Amino acid sequence: MSHPRVSGVGLTHFGKHPERTGRDLFAEASERALEDAGVDRATIEQLNYGNFMGALSEHQGHQGPLMAEAAGIPDAPATRYESACASSGVAVREAVKDVRNGEADVVLVGGAERMNNLGTAGTTEALAIAADDLYEVRAGMTFPAAYALMAKAYFDQYGGSREELAEIAVKNHDNALDNEYAQYQKPISVEEALDAPMIAEPLGLFDACPITDGASAAVLVSDEYAETHDLDAPVALTGTGQGGDKMALQDRNYLARTPAAERAAEEAYADAGIGPQDVSVAEVHDCFTIAEVLALEALDFYAPGEAIGAAARGETTRDGDRPINLSGGLKAKGHPVGATGTSQVVEMTRLLRGDHPNSDAVGGEVGVVHNAGGTVASTTVHVLEVRT
Amino acid sequence: MSESEERVRDEGYDDFLDAVAEGEGFYLECPEGHGWLPPRRVCPECGATDLEEVPLPESGAVETFTTVHVASPEFVEDTPYVTAVADFGAVRLTGQIWDVEPDAVEVGLEVTPDVGETETAGERVLMFRPY
Ligand SMILES: [Zn+2]
Repeated sequence: MSHPRVSGVGLTHFGKHPERTGRDLFAEASERALEDAGVDRATIEQLNYGNFMGALSEHQGHQGPLMAEAAGIPDAPATRYESACASSGVAVREAVKDVRNGEADVVLVGGAERMNNLGTAGTTEALAIAADDLYEVRAGMTFPAAYALMAKAYFDQYGGSREELAEIAVKNHDNALDNEYAQYQKPISVEEALDAPMIAEPLGLFDACPITDGASAAVLVSDEYAETHDLDAPVALTGTGQGGDKMALQDRNYLARTPAAERAAEEAYADAGIGPQDVSVAEVHDCFTIAEVLALEALDFYAPGEAIGAAARGETTRDGDRPINLSGGLKAKGHPVGATGTSQVVEMTRLLRGDHPNSDAVGGEVGVVHNAGGTVASTTVHVLEVRT
Repeated sequence: MSESEERVRDEGYDDFLDAVAEGEGFYLECPEGHGWLPPRRVCPECGATDLEEVPLPESGAVETFTTVHVASPEFVEDTPYVTAVADFGAVRLTGQIWDVEPDAVEVGLEVTPDVGETETAGERVLMFRPY
């Protein structure tokens, strides 16, 4: 089987850009990806685009063709994928399948989200639609509240403290210091994190990712295309997996584990012919600090109950055995929801090929990206490897 | 959804709330004993389609909870409030805990379900009282 290559990647700055339209954000990211890929715009066969809340924040549905037009490929078949925060992870996965199947040789993938124009209350309301409206949202469950319920369940079942969660936030802020695309390029301390206002106990402001506007894009090409056109594309997408779970927390078998991500990881590892022990670096979906813990356990880097102290022990910091979220993660780099899945692929590609400010912290050639939707009712996991 | 009078009912869900308000809460159970809240036609656990209404136990135990300080516009004036997932045996319910100080809520607290009205929007909300 031929594995698609990541031939080019692009991002906008992730941050507070309330006045920038989604179409302008995606135009910038895709322009950068095309430039980086060195492929002619006219050769792009399709656009796989992820977006979550554009219908609410921009009153804009039918974003596929709009974004293709913004990227300068108005005639290309373009589809918008929506899977909450995993929207563009799913867009990537579908592109990988199409390239493998021989349906396409050159695909533009990406995503965008405009959020800050809604303000904090409006964004809180919009994000909540990723939960079960009848049985969760109408009981006052916000997105942070849902993760707080999982954090509380985790503490109750396995133990853990707010200090250990704070260490994860501190680590991810440190990782973002040199990332010019990151929303926060400033360090924080454990004390600051613990003293920050509560959002949904036990999660405070510094346990949560910020509200972010931004876009991401990547050009995926078939092996054959890369070879024929002499493209410099050393990173291949060698494994893909997707898992699902029941929508509402109350209906899940576990409150402190994420089986959707476990299934996605198992599938992606088998697909790539690797195991968790082969992975040297990962970008995981840390929309909240507790989410990084759940991700590391689902990826089988740690047994259930063991990952809570990983950052505090220095195992996942940039000098640790397996650095996690060297981009800064959703926590510090930012989380423009629909852009996040592809942005993780962008960051991992840069980390592995050596042009990321934190590439020197990568001690191997296999990376994994983990993108979760809602309270992990859907997840994609991808394996990226250097293949020269 | 501020015009609550005009909201079209959600069949199943609103029937469930009506029943809880009457003190006659129920859930749907498959022959294997898996429990779900309506509307539901298939048991997502085992695929059974012959689901039966059975009475909800009078009380359940809080399994996890959070005190919400930052809410969506529909709940701003309700903050801080406690949202909890409580275990009623075959089903869990998600609701707000009323009549208890947030600091006094703990895992294992026995609660009974009822229907209240939110302060902000005047909407019906599933809530728990100490049992
Ligand atoms: Zn069943």
